[in-house]
Amino acid sequence: MNAFINHFLFEFRTGIRNKTLLLMNYLFPLGFYAMMGLIMTGINPLFRETMIPAMSIFAVLAATILGLPDPLVTAREAGIFRNYKINGVPALSILVIPALTTIIHSSVVTIIIVTTAPLFFNAPLPVNWLYFIVTFMMTACACAGLSVLIGVISTSSRMTVLWSQLVFIPSMILGGMMVPFSMLPGAISKIALLLPATHAMNAFRGLAQNLTADFNPIGSLIILLASGVLAFGLAIYLFNWDRRNTSQPGHPLMALLVLLPYVIGIFILS
Amino acid sequence: MNDTVIQVIDFRKIYGDFVAVDGISFEVHRGEIFGLLGPNGAGKTSTLESLEGLRVPDGGSLRIMDVDPACQSRKLHNLIGVQLQNSGLPDSITLDEAMKFFCSYHAVLPRYDLLDRFGLKEKRREQYYQLSAGQQRRLGLALAVAHKPPVVFLDEPTAGLDVASRIELHNLMRELQSSGTTIILATHDMAEANEMANRLAILLRGKIATTGTPLELTATGAGFTKVSVRTKGDSLSDPELKFPAVSKRISKEEYVIYYSTDIGPTVSAIITHIKTREDLLVDLRVERPSLEDRFLEITTTGGIQ
Repeated sequence: MNAFINHFLFEFRTGIRNKTLLLMNYLFPLGFYAMMGLIMTGINPLFRETMIPAMSIFAVLAATILGLPDPLVTAREAGIFRNYKINGVPALSILVIPALTTIIHSSVVTIIIVTTAPLFFNAPLPVNWLYFIVTFMMTACACAGLSVLIGVISTSSRMTVLWSQLVFIPSMILGGMMVPFSMLPGAISKIALLLPATHAMNAFRGLAQNLTADFNPIGSLIILLASGVLAFGLAIYLFNWDRRNTSQPGHPLMALLVLLPYVIGIFILS
Repeated sequence: MNDTVIQVIDFRKIYGDFVAVDGISFEVHRGEIFGLLGPNGAGKTSTLESLEGLRVPDGGSLRIMDVDPACQSRKLHNLIGVQLQNSGLPDSITLDEAMKFFCSYHAVLPRYDLLDRFGLKEKRREQYYQLSAGQQRRLGLALAVAHKPPVVFLDEPTAGLDVASRIELHNLMRELQSSGTTIILATHDMAEANEMANRLAILLRGKIATTGTPLELTATGAGFTKVSVRTKGDSLSDPELKFPAVSKRISKEEYVIYYSTDIGPTVSAIITHIKTREDLLVDLRVERPSLEDRFLEITTTGGIQ
């Protein structure tokens, strides 16, 4: 337990000490929030209705999808995980602790957004706080799991950027944060349902903000939870201490199984 | 010194079609410093990594204090301490954090005293990336021995260290040895291997080319002994002069250097010749073949025992 706490505290400090992580955890989401608050609320006053959930999702996406995978790849390539293995640091800690600390950083940013958005941008607070917290946690779990999985299967930092952007950019465009899901054309909306951001936004709208959900919000919560658990499971299964290790437990393409809950969701929810 | 701590029997490691280690066997005893030498690609790293539990052997067996490194990693990690060539620490970790972090995973109290001892006292709050290469190496060593493991693996421990740190490291190695710690020393530094190791194995193309004490290794092989002689007159100046067991002669500065395969008759004949010519012997030096000479001989001739 002492080891876990020490590891956790170190990772938490790294999230602030490391300039790249500080940018992804705090500066980028808060800067984007300020910009959106100043610009989008002027262009589209309806944006205020979903500003808090949208910016919370953005904070999670930036910290996890953009911030989490690369340090994992870099650490593996630098032989840090080899050192960890020799010294008895379990794979579970290596993957779960950075995810937990990132979720905490995202929570801090979300608290800042929730407390300042009504004051500065006249954004409505969540109606149901319990569902707001639950949805936030499910979203963070799904995105952190996916990020850790990207970190595990990526062979280099370059590949990490590619995989991360493959999730991040569609999430921004199709995830319901900028353009409502209801406005997406049929085929595009099916693609949107493969993204955690879409389900997060749907759950926030239907359960926390008391707005009309585009599809079953509880179903979205279940999908987020299932994909998060599946992603962490796959990441631990596919985890390799270093790239030269020939005893690879499974093929990296197995990571695509993480999409299973979302694919099932397309058939059940739409 | 006779109880076996590390046992390697017919160990093989293969990567695809490449046989990195081809059936090597050796034993290391308690309190011994065992040097593992070999050119790059000889199989040293594969052997070390398999003993450290990072690789699974493709044949044979490995045991560290009766623990199989490949499938008993939980037991293994408290038995061994490893100083990697690359220390393998996150850039942003401070020295105090690193000590606390690793000691907590070994369930021991942090050994901050080791940081002080390795000259890192002033750096304890600095981050890893702020250290020089030598300081990073010293930190790696401090972390490797902090939990007092019975077996320590040192991979190029003194590379990049200044003289004082090198002496300190060697002192620490001797101290560890006297307390019963077994040390596996992988190094390219022949002087270090000669000075520190009780026994050595030279690996070549995945096999053990030779093994023994440094003295045994230098005593075997073609090993020419170098006899450097300086006289007041020119009694040795004739290049056609022949002495017993001498295979080569060169002149360097004021010395004439003979390479002998049998030192006794050579020296005796040289002195007799100098006396006969009524010359005066100013200096005579006899240098045994060094471990480096022997290493080069083995690696260039490719001799496998």
